[in-house]
Amino acid sequence: MDLYPLYNALRIAAISCVIVFFLGIFFAHWVAKLPRVLKGILDVVLTLPLVLPPTVVGYYLLLAFGPNRAFGAWMMSAFHVRLTMVWYSAVFASVVVAFPLMYRTARGAFESFDPTLRDSAQTLGLSNSYIFWRIQMPYCRQGILAGTVLAFARALGEYGATSMIAGYTPGRTATISTTVYQLWRTNNDALAFKWVLINVAISFVVLMAVNLLEKRERREAR
Amino acid sequence: MSVKVDIEKRLGDFSLNINFEAADVVHGLLGASGCGKSMTLRCIAGVVTPDRGRIEVNGRVLFDSEQHINLTPQQRKVGLLFQNYALFPNMTVEGNLLAALRGQEHSTAQKKVAEMIRRFRLEGLERHRPNQLSGGQQQRLALARILLTEPEILMLDEPLSALDSYLRWQTELELMDLLDRFTGTTLLVTHSREEVRRLCDTVTVLDAGQGSGSMPVQSLFDAPETLSACLLSGCKNYSRAEKLADGRIRVPDWGAELTCSPIPAGLQYAAIRAHHITLADVSGENVIPCRVQRVIEDVFSTILMAQTPGGTPLRVELEQVNFALPQPGETLYLQLSPERLMLLK
Repeated sequence: MDLYPLYNALRIAAISCVIVFFLGIFFAHWVAKLPRVLKGILDVVLTLPLVLPPTVVGYYLLLAFGPNRAFGAWMMSAFHVRLTMVWYSAVFASVVVAFPLMYRTARGAFESFDPTLRDSAQTLGLSNSYIFWRIQMPYCRQGILAGTVLAFARALGEYGATSMIAGYTPGRTATISTTVYQLWRTNNDALAFKWVLINVAISFVVLMAVNLLEKRERREAR
Repeated sequence: MSVKVDIEKRLGDFSLNINFEAADVVHGLLGASGCGKSMTLRCIAGVVTPDRGRIEVNGRVLFDSEQHINLTPQQRKVGLLFQNYALFPNMTVEGNLLAALRGQEHSTAQKKVAEMIRRFRLEGLERHRPNQLSGGQQQRLALARILLTEPEILMLDEPLSALDSYLRWQTELELMDLLDRFTGTTLLVTHSREEVRRLCDTVTVLDAGQGSGSMPVQSLFDAPETLSACLLSGCKNYSRAEKLADGRIRVPDWGAELTCSPIPAGLQYAAIRAHHITLADVSGENVIPCRVQRVIEDVFSTILMAQTPGGTPLRVELEQVNFALPQPGETLYLQLSPERLMLLK
């Protein structure tokens, strides 16, 4: 059994997760400070990928990154970098699709942050970046952690946009989800079932880890 | 060592307009909840920006809307004790204290923290988190953390209101010690006249966001100038008042005319404290005949609610009653002696 789809899916999910982690936190932090009208509009725009069908996301990504499109063509001519139908194309898809999950959970977590903690830290002379990373982030870690795990799980399971922008090339762009579909399409039920089990196992382990982390945290807090 | 504040801030329907000065004293900001006391402290600390005005601490301008000066909270060097103490929940007791000394050499910081832990009796709790401490310990930790930053002024936002009554007195005594030792100016926000009386030297009364000037605490209780100050000082009996000739005033709400002097210009109200009203045998000068509505036994006194001819009842507090208590419906002659009457603008 070729384990490339497992390796490829994990690396795509991991890279996407890291990108989405910082992007989501950045936007959650930034949007919260905007005036109300702008906040409302941006909030809708940033959440849109959550409700759009992944194929629509894939379509837009192809519009931007396709080798015959403006950005894709420029990347090709300037850097000889191809943005579609390579393994990292799936990272673009996963990032866009998983981003709203991280953004929304992080925003909810930041909104629950007690603002007097920031105020008191400021009057104690602590810098704003220290307050953010050492007080606000630990305070909001439950929500941040939940958002990160959701984003990772979503990136791991991403299929629609991925199949459009990265396609399915065995040994190159294949991920677990595209492999399962391909195997089922070619009547290779036994192997498809194995991949399904692997996917379930990964998800199980991830969620289990989160629960354990939370439990330990509650014990420490007591 | 002084604080000068003169600021305006609008927030929706609410507008704050306060000015006062205080130097080397414990200065109280007294007002009902929602009157802008905490907002004032937040403006001084710099976590809220006033719309207009000027804030000066020890000659240093922290905020001046005309000169476009607005120091960050970090630059202001003022200590603010928040009502909920605002301890960092993710850090231990020691961590909370070390955070206040960030940027200092570790061994020096360790030494200062150890000293604070001893001074504020937090020994043995170094590794605990704030939510494992009692209310009193939390407050001591918050105060210790503030003092480590060596603030030029100390601001306390309702420091005793979060504590239950058992802890409150003990904490208030500790607070007194702390305030005695602190050499700069302290601003203390409270809604309790008792705390102002016991802890403060001077006071500014805030009424619906409006507060002006400062007065010695003693005069708030002996001779308040305005009705709001009078009510905040705990007085419950007041009536509209009009100046008549010959040192007399008319008090329509009590349905009487009274003699008193001197009568200030702009007289609007007259008031008298419940325990300053005495019982007279017969009608006479400054005596109002009233009908007893209710007799209430309090812990150490007896309270009479007496209906005046003007309609507004008077509350009378009698400390020791060595005669038969009047019964509801009986007529009493209440004496409002001229020197006890407070004439208000």
